[in-house]
Amino acid sequence: MRRRVVCILLPLFLACPVLAREPAPPPFVPPLPNLSAEARRGEHLVVIGGCHDCHTPLKNGPNGPVPDMTRMLSGHPQQFEVPPAPALAAPWMMVAIATRTGFAGPWGVSFAANLTPDPETGLGNWTEQTFIESLRTGRHMGRGRPILPPMPWEIVGQHTDAELKAIWAYLRRVPPIRNQVPAPRPPMAAATPEATGR
Amino acid sequence: MSVSGLPSPLRIWSSTAVLGLVLSTTGLATASPLPQRLGETGLYADRTLTTPARDVLAYTPQYPLWSDGATKRRWIRLPPGTSIDAHDADAWVFPVGTRVWKEFTRGRRRETRLIVRTRSGWVYGTYRWTDDGSDALLVAAAGAVDPGSDPARPGESYVFPSEQDCRSCHEGRPTPILGFSALQLSADRDPEAVHGEQPGPGMVDLGMLVDRHLIRGLPASWRARPPRIESSTEDERAALGYLHGNCGQCHNARGPLASLGLDLWLDPARRGNDTHRVIASLLGRSHFQIPGQAGPESRRLTPGAPEQSAILVRMRTREPTQQMPPVATRMVDAEAARRIEQWIQELPSRSPR
Repeated sequence: MRRRVVCILLPLFLACPVLAREPAPPPFVPPLPNLSAEARRGEHLVVIGGCHDCHTPLKNGPNGPVPDMTRMLSGHPQQFEVPPAPALAAPWMMVAIATRTGFAGPWGVSFAANLTPDPETGLGNWTEQTFIESLRTGRHMGRGRPILPPMPWEIVGQHTDAELKAIWAYLRRVPPIRNQVPAPRPPMAAATPEATGR
Repeated sequence: MSVSGLPSPLRIWSSTAVLGLVLSTTGLATASPLPQRLGETGLYADRTLTTPARDVLAYTPQYPLWSDGATKRRWIRLPPGTSIDAHDADAWVFPVGTRVWKEFTRGRRRETRLIVRTRSGWVYGTYRWTDDGSDALLVAAAGAVDPGSDPARPGESYVFPSEQDCRSCHEGRPTPILGFSALQLSADRDPEAVHGEQPGPGMVDLGMLVDRHLIRGLPASWRARPPRIESSTEDERAALGYLHGNCGQCHNARGPLASLGLDLWLDPARRGNDTHRVIASLLGRSHFQIPGQAGPESRRLTPGAPEQSAILVRMRTREPTQQMPPVATRMVDAEAARRIEQWIQELPSRSPR
C-alpha cells in the first residue's frame, strides 16, 4: 500500500517544478532567422542590455508608446523635427523626446545612433574593431568625437570581448535601415539655468 | 563653440579623468611599467634634467603636429647595436627598447610624453613638470587636469592626456611613432610648412640615420633624391603636409579607420601618384553634417568653396563633438586654417568621387 502511494505521489511531486514554472515571456523582438550561435547570443545581449530603449524609436500604440520594430535599432528618425530643448530647473537635469531617441541635458542634445548595417547612415563601414573600441573608449570609432550621454558606454564597455563580438555579429544581421540621425547639438541649444547662469 | 564655453558639468563629464577615478578607486586600473620620475627614463645625463643624455638623438619633423602653440622638443633613443627596419618605407619597425620623448613648453616646461617599445608592445605615458622645473612625475594612466593653469588660455585648465588618448592617435596605423618617418625626416624640407622649424645643430635626418647605420632597408635612391610631397604648387605641398602630420595618423589606408576611405597619410615610396590619391579621397562625401548647410550630405572638400568643406569647418571649431582633431587640442590652429582655406579656394573645380 505504501509503495503504491509512493508510486502515485512521487511522479506528481517530481512534476511540480514543471507544472509550477512561470510561462516564458513573449520575445521582446521577433527573433531573426538563421543566426549563428554567436549572433543569437548577441541578440539576447542587445535585448537584456536595453539597447532598444534608446536605439529603437517609440510609436503610439493602442495602449501607449511601444517600440517600433519596423525601425529596429535605427536610432533617432531623421524626419522627426526636433525643436529647441526646454530649459530645466534644478534638480531636473535631463529630458527625452517622445520617440525616446533624443536627449537633452548639460551636454547639449544627443541622438541615438543608427546601429543597423546601412552603409551610408548606419554602421555599415564600421569594423568589429572600431565597434569594440568605441565602447571601450567612449569615442566614436574608438578615436573620434566623444560619445555623449546618456549612452552608458562605460557600462556597456565592461562586456567581455566575446560578448561585444556577439553583439557585433548580431548587429551585422539586423535589417539595414537608411536613416540619417541628426548631429548632436552643443550645450547652448539645451541651456539649463545651471549651465547658463540665467 | 569652444570648449571653454562648455558648462563645467560637461567638461567634467567629457574628461577621461572621471572614468579613471572610477577605475582607480575600484581597483580596475593597472600600474604603469614606466618609471615614476622622468629622470629615471634615460633622457637626461644630469640630475638637473637639463642636458640630454649622449645616446639620445634630437630631431624635428618637417610637418609638426599642432599642440595649441606649445614649443616642443623631441628625442629618440635606440638601444645600442640596434637599427630601424625601414624595408616598409611607409611603416618603419623600431627595435624593442626604443624610447621617444616629446617635451611641451607653454610659458614653462609643462609635460614630457614618452613612448617605449617593450617586448609585449608599446607603452605610453606623460610626465608632469613641477612648477619650479626641478622634476617631472608620471601622470596617472587616466590623465590629469591642472585647473586654471594654462598660460595660453587664461583661466583654462591644462590637460594631460590619458593613455587611451595616446593610443587613439598613435595606434591609428601600423607604426606608433608618427613624427619620426621618411617624409618627416627628409633633407628636402618644405620651406612653406605650417609651423615648420629648421633642424638645429646635430639633429638627425634620414641621411644621418643611414650614415650612422641606425636604419636599414631605405631605397638607395633616397640619398640623392630625398622624399618630398610631389605637388603642383607650394601651397598644395604645405597643405598636404599639414594634413599628413595632423590628420594622417588616424585617416589612412592601413589603420582601423581605413573603411572611411579618407587617406591623408602620404606614402613617400609612391612619389608623384600619392598626392592625387590623397586629393581624390578628400573629394568624397563626408558623414559630417556642416552646421547650417541645407541637406544631410556634405563633402570633405569642395574645390573653390572653403565654407562647404567639412575638413576646414571641423578644423575651425573646438566644440567637442565637431572638432578635428578630436583629441590633444583645445585651440584652433588659426594659421593652418588660413592656409588650408587659401589652398581650397584656389583649387580648380574637380569632380567628386
